[in-house]
Amino acid sequence: MTKDSTPKSGYSRRDALRLMAAGGIACFAAPNLLGKPAFADTANPTGRVVVGLSQEPTVFHPLMAHIEVDDAVHFSLFDALFRMDPKGVLQPNLAAEVPTQQNGGISEDGLKWRVRLRDDVRWHDGEPFTAEDVKFTLELITNPNFRAWRTGGHSLVRDITVVSPTELTWRMEEAFAPYLSFLTETFMVPKHILEKEADPNAAAFNQAPVGTGAFKWAQRVAGDHLELVANPQYFGDGPYVERLVFKYIPDMTVLYTQFKSGDIDLTDQAYITADHYEEAKTLPGRVVTLVSGASVESIYLNLEKPQFKDPAVRKALYAAMDRKAIIDAIYYGVGTLTETFMPRTSYYYNPNLPAQEFNLDRARQILDEAGWVPGPDGIRAKDGVRLSFANSTTSGNNLREQVQQFLQQTFAEIGVEMTISNLPAAVMFGEFWLKSQFDSAIAGVTHLIAADPDATNRLATSAIAAKGGKGSNVGQYSNPEVDALLKKGAQTFDPEARREIYSRIQEIVREDLPFLPLFASTYVVGRKEGLEGWEPNSNTRTASWHAAGWRWQS
Amino acid sequence: MRGFLLNRLSQSLVLLLIVSVIGFVVLNLIPGGPLAQFGLDPSMTQDDLNRLKEQLGLNRPLWMQYLDWAWRLVQGDWGHSFRDGAPVLDVIGRHLVATLLLMGSSTVIAIAIGTWIGIRGATHRYSVFDYLATVGAMVALSIPTFWFGLVGIYVFSLRLGWLPAGNMYTIGDGSALNYLHHLIMPSIVLALVHVAIWSRYMRTATLDVISQEFVKTARAKGLSERRILMKHVVGNALLPMITLAGMQLPSVLTGALVTETVFTWPGMGRLFLDSLGYSDYPVVMGLLMFSAILVVLCNLIADIVVAIIDPRIRLS
Repeated sequence: MTKDSTPKSGYSRRDALRLMAAGGIACFAAPNLLGKPAFADTANPTGRVVVGLSQEPTVFHPLMAHIEVDDAVHFSLFDALFRMDPKGVLQPNLAAEVPTQQNGGISEDGLKWRVRLRDDVRWHDGEPFTAEDVKFTLELITNPNFRAWRTGGHSLVRDITVVSPTELTWRMEEAFAPYLSFLTETFMVPKHILEKEADPNAAAFNQAPVGTGAFKWAQRVAGDHLELVANPQYFGDGPYVERLVFKYIPDMTVLYTQFKSGDIDLTDQAYITADHYEEAKTLPGRVVTLVSGASVESIYLNLEKPQFKDPAVRKALYAAMDRKAIIDAIYYGVGTLTETFMPRTSYYYNPNLPAQEFNLDRARQILDEAGWVPGPDGIRAKDGVRLSFANSTTSGNNLREQVQQFLQQTFAEIGVEMTISNLPAAVMFGEFWLKSQFDSAIAGVTHLIAADPDATNRLATSAIAAKGGKGSNVGQYSNPEVDALLKKGAQTFDPEARREIYSRIQEIVREDLPFLPLFASTYVVGRKEGLEGWEPNSNTRTASWHAAGWRWQS
Repeated sequence: MRGFLLNRLSQSLVLLLIVSVIGFVVLNLIPGGPLAQFGLDPSMTQDDLNRLKEQLGLNRPLWMQYLDWAWRLVQGDWGHSFRDGAPVLDVIGRHLVATLLLMGSSTVIAIAIGTWIGIRGATHRYSVFDYLATVGAMVALSIPTFWFGLVGIYVFSLRLGWLPAGNMYTIGDGSALNYLHHLIMPSIVLALVHVAIWSRYMRTATLDVISQEFVKTARAKGLSERRILMKHVVGNALLPMITLAGMQLPSVLTGALVTETVFTWPGMGRLFLDSLGYSDYPVVMGLLMFSAILVVLCNLIADIVVAIIDPRIRLS
């Protein structure tokens, strides 16, 4: 049975607000009842789920620098104060309610925060979870000796005060609305274990973590798999399976083969490749689902290169991209057309942007009008600048390489020369990418952090690392209006007001075309028939974001 | 003997020093670096990356990093993996057992079958068997191992369902029989190439010995062909094989990259590939030094063994 559960974007603003309010009220009224399972449900978790991953999870301290694949483990072992549900709505997790300006959890100026916690949570070793743990966690992140993953947002937190074991307050250096979302990916760690460690980077905890999550650490066979066992004392819903195994299978074809042969029950990152989708759908006893991802596959243009400074060139290139053919012919129909960096599943997605139209004549006309004249070799030039550039992507990714060859041919038809220069991923995403050393590059890029619409790190002028900035605006895009809107958006807490701001940003970016979107990423997730409770959530980076709810059909 | 050993040891130390310097410099010259894995993460700012770089000691001059690393190495501290923070020797140790199992079994298969084919091919020169062995060896050497691996998985796992498609054991079943079941296909696939190599070397070595005067003498004395083969030919033909084994032994301990990837075998070859992919410098350097030491040691041992067995060779 094949089920397409691609989330739809028709999730209204009113629905979101209603859900946020309902969640908050329900939790405030009865914190211990929310998500509390019926005893019989989880008294006897049974069975085992083997999740296939194409990279090996190696970082188990959830606050240390890590990559996406480690999230699968963190989400099962730990809890954050809040959780981002599949609809992009914040739900309380360790917190009893989501603080808002309406419920008084966040002051009107956005600077004073108060968080109330559940009173029924225990660490895996039986110790109670309290506000002291939250304070310890937030302070550890900004400890200069600690190899923290990210300090953005956390570095604004001041004067953390523990009011009671279930309540704490802090002050923000400046109003920063995305912090609520950041906290959904900030997993709490136990103070009573980590405060004894002289070096938090080398703590024994890092190899045998203790959390509050639905699963407890069991064992790791390095280079092969790691095993978690059910936490019967879990405060939330579940767990229903006794063992959760994350199996590392480095080769994508082998990963698919093992899914086919039944060795793995669910494919998490990097999922099933698009070229196997058609066959995977027909496999007996398997359910294959297309899931929208948060990243957008795009051609990134280095706007400091003279060829790309002219907006006409960017517009012409965009018009010369037969995106539909790329999705259908190269990506086997897996992928969705998009005009923006915002995921289609986001509450802040702007559906009213002008649709790109593949039209080579139009592309030629734009270039003609802008004064780009074909030279003797057929390649256009203007003011001594040839319309020629290199395109780079990760070598070994055969689908991306086919896209390059396809584009190379169509661009040549409008008098544009594109050469191909690929690099291994470990090289490409180093300084070459971060310090904008490329002409143009194809990559699947996520703009959002934990589903918050703030894209400052990717779009703000202050985020251009090549010019000494702090973020990862690798295309070196700079637009004062976008800068101002981003600043305003980060300081606005009202979702409705934010929606307007980010819709406008999307409009401007669509007009400026600092990067050329190819398609919104779509993952092919396969699972064994009978594995229930699995739900896609493009607001997290892992398909295993809620393993607590998985169960085998009896 | 003592002089020989001291001489060889001092040469080996110089060699290891050269290997370590070249390895360290080349590794650090590759653009990208360990922080490239965070390149696509929108949440990591340039400040965060700079902070990590400093914490890992990567912002120091290269010579300083090398001296620090080498000094620790001499003291027995091989450093910590950038990826999981575990000591490098622990990381290598964790993968060594898997590699020993796979490479050990495939080497035993390769030596046993390869030696037999080589001797039989030499004693039955230009027979149908000899031709078949020659063609078979060429095929095994020409076709990439991963092809044999994938065909094996398709036929024996997906079609017939006789053997597992990969992994070292079924999760939840750690019995010896289960390990053995998983070992069959990868070790046979891996042995194919080595059988070919061993059979060709053994054939040449046997032919070499057969043409020697002492074999003719033995024949003139009226000894049976079987006795001549067992007593005079095989023993002597195996001598150069000891050197070959000495050269191949390091690979037994450092793993087979392709086979380990196809069969999802958590061995040293895959560790090397993964560590290189993440620019996990301490582990890559650890593996490099580990295999360099093995090569030096195994060659030394092979030389000594040959000298002991063959009185014609004098260590002095």
